[in-house]
Amino acid sequence: MDNLIALLVAAPLLGAAVLLCGGRRLDKTGHWLGTLLAGLSFVIGAVLFADMVGKGAEDRALHQRLFSWVPVEGFQADIAFQLDQLSMTFVLLITGVGTLIHVYSIGYMEHDERRRRFFGYLNLFLAAMLLLVLADNYLLLYFGWEGVGLASYLLIGFWQHKPSAATAAKKAFLVNRVGDMGLSIAIMLMFTTFGTFAFGPVLSSTGESSEGMMTAIGLMLLLAACGKSAQVPLQSWLGDAMEGPTPVSALIHAATMVTAGVYLIVRSADIFNAAPDAQLAVTVVGAVTLLFGAIVGCAKDDIKKALAGSTMSQIGYMILAAGLGPIGYAFAIMHLVTHGFFKAGLFLGAGSVMHGMNDEVDMRKYGGLRKYMPVTFVTFGLGYLAIIGFPGLSGFFSKDKIIEAAFAKGGTEGWILGGVALLGAAITAYYMTRVMLLTFFGEKRWQPAPDPDKAPGVEPGIEVHPGEMPHPHESPRSMTIPMILLAVGSVGAGAFFGIGDRFVKWLEPVTKFEHGHPPIGAAAITSATVAVMVIGVTVAYLQYGRRPVPVVAPRGSLLTRAARRDLLQDDFNHIVLVRGGEHLTRSLVYVDHTLVDGVVNGTAASVGGLSGRLRKLQNGYARSYAVSMFGGTAVLIAATLLMRAV
Amino acid sequence: MSQVVNAGFPILTATAAVPAIGAILTAAVPAARRTAAKWLALLVSLVTLALAAIVLVGFEPGGDRYQFVESHSWIKDFGVRYELGVDGIGVALIALTALLIPFVVLAGWHDADPLETKSSRWRPTQGFFALILAVEAMVILSFEATDVFLFYILFEAMLIPMYFLIGGFGDRAHAGSDENAAAQRSYAAVKFLLYNLVGGLIMLAAVIGLYVVAGNFSLTEIAEARASGQLEMATNTERLLFLGFFFAFAVKAPLWPLHTWLPNAMGEATAPVAVLITAVVDKVGTFAMLRFCLGLFPEASKWATPVIITLALISIVYGALLAVGQRDIKRLIAYASISHFGFIIMGIFAMTSQGQSGATLYMVNHGISTAALMLVAGFLISRRGSRLIADYGGVQKVAPVLAGTFLIGGLATLSLPGLAPFVSEFLVLVGTFARYPVAGIIATTGIVLAALYTLVLYQRTMTGPVKEEVRAMPDLRVRELAVVAPLIALLIFLGVFPKPLTDIVNPAVTHTMSDVQQKDPAPEVEAAK
Repeated sequence: MDNLIALLVAAPLLGAAVLLCGGRRLDKTGHWLGTLLAGLSFVIGAVLFADMVGKGAEDRALHQRLFSWVPVEGFQADIAFQLDQLSMTFVLLITGVGTLIHVYSIGYMEHDERRRRFFGYLNLFLAAMLLLVLADNYLLLYFGWEGVGLASYLLIGFWQHKPSAATAAKKAFLVNRVGDMGLSIAIMLMFTTFGTFAFGPVLSSTGESSEGMMTAIGLMLLLAACGKSAQVPLQSWLGDAMEGPTPVSALIHAATMVTAGVYLIVRSADIFNAAPDAQLAVTVVGAVTLLFGAIVGCAKDDIKKALAGSTMSQIGYMILAAGLGPIGYAFAIMHLVTHGFFKAGLFLGAGSVMHGMNDEVDMRKYGGLRKYMPVTFVTFGLGYLAIIGFPGLSGFFSKDKIIEAAFAKGGTEGWILGGVALLGAAITAYYMTRVMLLTFFGEKRWQPAPDPDKAPGVEPGIEVHPGEMPHPHESPRSMTIPMILLAVGSVGAGAFFGIGDRFVKWLEPVTKFEHGHPPIGAAAITSATVAVMVIGVTVAYLQYGRRPVPVVAPRGSLLTRAARRDLLQDDFNHIVLVRGGEHLTRSLVYVDHTLVDGVVNGTAASVGGLSGRLRKLQNGYARSYAVSMFGGTAVLIAATLLMRAV
Repeated sequence: MSQVVNAGFPILTATAAVPAIGAILTAAVPAARRTAAKWLALLVSLVTLALAAIVLVGFEPGGDRYQFVESHSWIKDFGVRYELGVDGIGVALIALTALLIPFVVLAGWHDADPLETKSSRWRPTQGFFALILAVEAMVILSFEATDVFLFYILFEAMLIPMYFLIGGFGDRAHAGSDENAAAQRSYAAVKFLLYNLVGGLIMLAAVIGLYVVAGNFSLTEIAEARASGQLEMATNTERLLFLGFFFAFAVKAPLWPLHTWLPNAMGEATAPVAVLITAVVDKVGTFAMLRFCLGLFPEASKWATPVIITLALISIVYGALLAVGQRDIKRLIAYASISHFGFIIMGIFAMTSQGQSGATLYMVNHGISTAALMLVAGFLISRRGSRLIADYGGVQKVAPVLAGTFLIGGLATLSLPGLAPFVSEFLVLVGTFARYPVAGIIATTGIVLAALYTLVLYQRTMTGPVKEEVRAMPDLRVRELAVVAPLIALLIFLGVFPKPLTDIVNPAVTHTMSDVQQKDPAPEVEAAK
């Protein structure tokens, strides 16, 4: 069984290699090959899962060592895998949702001339993501970590001829690199502290080092997680990443890659358990982001950007839970999985709507679509109920547990974190109801298709005839079937995982588990969660369900306007980093040209008149003088040496 | 392979003699037979590659420090000997040089064709390829020389063919008039020459000083005498001699603030010559730091380390920032190289096993990755006739393979895991961090800045709407693909499986570490295995 692990990664990697190097003769069949290999990876994952379930809880972990990656004195980095319950959970999520989204993309990307390459990139992503969760040491994890970053870069910028897509791709990579600095430094700290960065030895020796060191490593890992998982202050790239094709948003920027930060923290549980200050920082980041994302989600009219705000916010919940320690790790991962189902479903639904609406993304130009796209409506609706935490559906079970655990942290912190999590639940219900009402209910507010030359923001996959009114229609079956399957997961996964603590028991050998004891009863918290959800839904209904919705967004309050601009983070970045950086580099170019060059030449001038010679270079005499002098010297030296040698 | 050595065949001399003789033969090809000269040069470079492969395979990592040793008396009065020998670091760099030259020749296939409008006064094509082979011969021999004086002669002599390559065969894509282009080209060539000459003169003084102190020029003998205590050097003498050597190498490497000749030279030269400068010739500088500075003057090296690490750190950040600010594709790559040389020098002087192994791998990997990026950039520039980034846009739409290979070269430059430069850069960072944590952390900002200049370059040239001027741009031709594809394959191979290289380099690093009498810092706690 151990030897199957590498195949999990190898299957999609082979697909990527064949599809990207294969050339045009694979244009007709490439997407099938890509989907098949993704499916194969899922089947291998399922086989390994069945085998794992058959074993006792404590000896389920599998290991496979391929070869030594960087064999240098005192430095051991292997290409080696570790498959335990935590990795297994991710493997099933990545390959399962990944395969569904491959299937969906066959229909969604049908008219794109570069579909083969799209599937190549998707396969590359799967391979890198699997490497990330299967690595048995931090350096190999880093390999996968940057690999998914590359795939994300390629896929966000898939329609590279759109300047906005190219800019968004670059931005995502750069912001992530800031996070990667954190991961690099964390690995270096592990190396100097433990002499290794393999999971086993590092995580079992955390007690022997100091709390200060663990805090430092923890904070650096948190920085890395902030980048990959779009948490404040490194969240600014996720909204722009919606420039990518919608299946990419569903797979990479909702269900899997953006949750890698949560994986990193839960995987490093032993480090964080030994560093309470770092844990506190994690919870603060999670709490701030869950509000930040939710507020941004309320203000966006672009359906994908509203969902992106929501993703940020939901990952905030997961990070918050991961910061709570053993009372939260399992719930963080449980919410991660249920979120993977419903958010991927919501994005695919959004893609289906766009498919039927001339690629319009502005929800103010939707309205009344439930009659025209029934399957999309029902599946999107179930995802909606799941994310707002409607009792009985997936999100209810996983989010409620996180809110309970936040209260259970105890003390003032517990009340603040619990309160924030509750508030977030209310806002979630509000913005998701808004999305639902704007899209599927109310009057038709459809607009004629824009001229693609004048509005370069249109997804080019689909033919758009300028001036034509949209004819919303249900999407083909290759798109609806994945949506239906994800909707089933959105409905049932929470209850399946939650009842009888099934999921917690599954993960316990890896993440450990402690029952939290909230200061108020669990029943009271659950009632409160349901109550704030009802309030959020009601407010949104009063605002968007009862009144006609204007096609052009009203000016809005100061907060609304700020939220539309991602709470001004981009403006800050632009002024401080972009402008400041431009000034810095420009002045450095000037300094290099005049000062550094000048000083070095000047110093030399005082010794040997070099500067004068350099200045007179345009003058042919100086040049030939310098050359002949050098040539002459060389000949003299050579001649003398030869004479002496004889 | 070791039979070859036992038979007394001077394989090291052969690796240098073949391109040297090849250079003469190529230069002698009649004017009308330009194409024959090209094929001859390619053939010679391939034979050299085969010889280098024999050295690589025949080298025994567990054996003597210097292998394939040749020693002949040359100038008896001064104790100058023709003495050759290679350690793992030398072998790796000889392999790199021999590997890159065929690609340089192939990439520069049409760079020295006589312009149709002008009748050629002499035989530029023959000269161009002969000079490339001459540089190859001298660079390879300088990696082999274990006699300080012999090394010095080669170190200086390689300036001559380089000077003519830069000054005589400029990049035809130039914004200004022909006259202006010629003026800038000769400015770049003379600047290159004078900077390196001044460095060389100071080194010459130090070489003579070393002779006065030690009485001979043999690297191995002096190092042995120093280690056994037979040869005492006064602290100040050692420091002065060290500085003399280091200065020359720091000009060549180049290290901030002695770097300003490099962007001029790389910008004005043709892309293959730019590769020759940064990927091959400059490596002699960093190689010599490892071999001569650390080997001959261990105490002075340790004394100078804080300053050198600081300068290297400045190079890393400053080079990257300057790269961000460039408008010219080739100058951008030049400044990126300055940043990378900062990493190499930092790794050498961190004096840890990881730092030095990393620095050696870095020399090889930087050579391959810069060659890939620069040569594709050259193909791009030759199509449009401009080096300015702003003159491009949307190239990926019309030439997807060119854009794809350019992106891979760029990703290697920003040290993406999975490609070779990541391994070396991470080793340098870890190795530096272990001894100088603050320097290690500052250097990691380099990974963000590298992503910035690379991806901005890619975005501005390759993405966005297709510019009118690039609409008819053809994709990579077979010859061009034959240059790029093997380099990319090698980048991926060495990124995932660098073991063949580390196996050769590790023992040499162990020797250097014992030269400078340094041990790796021990981890804080012994982790449970």
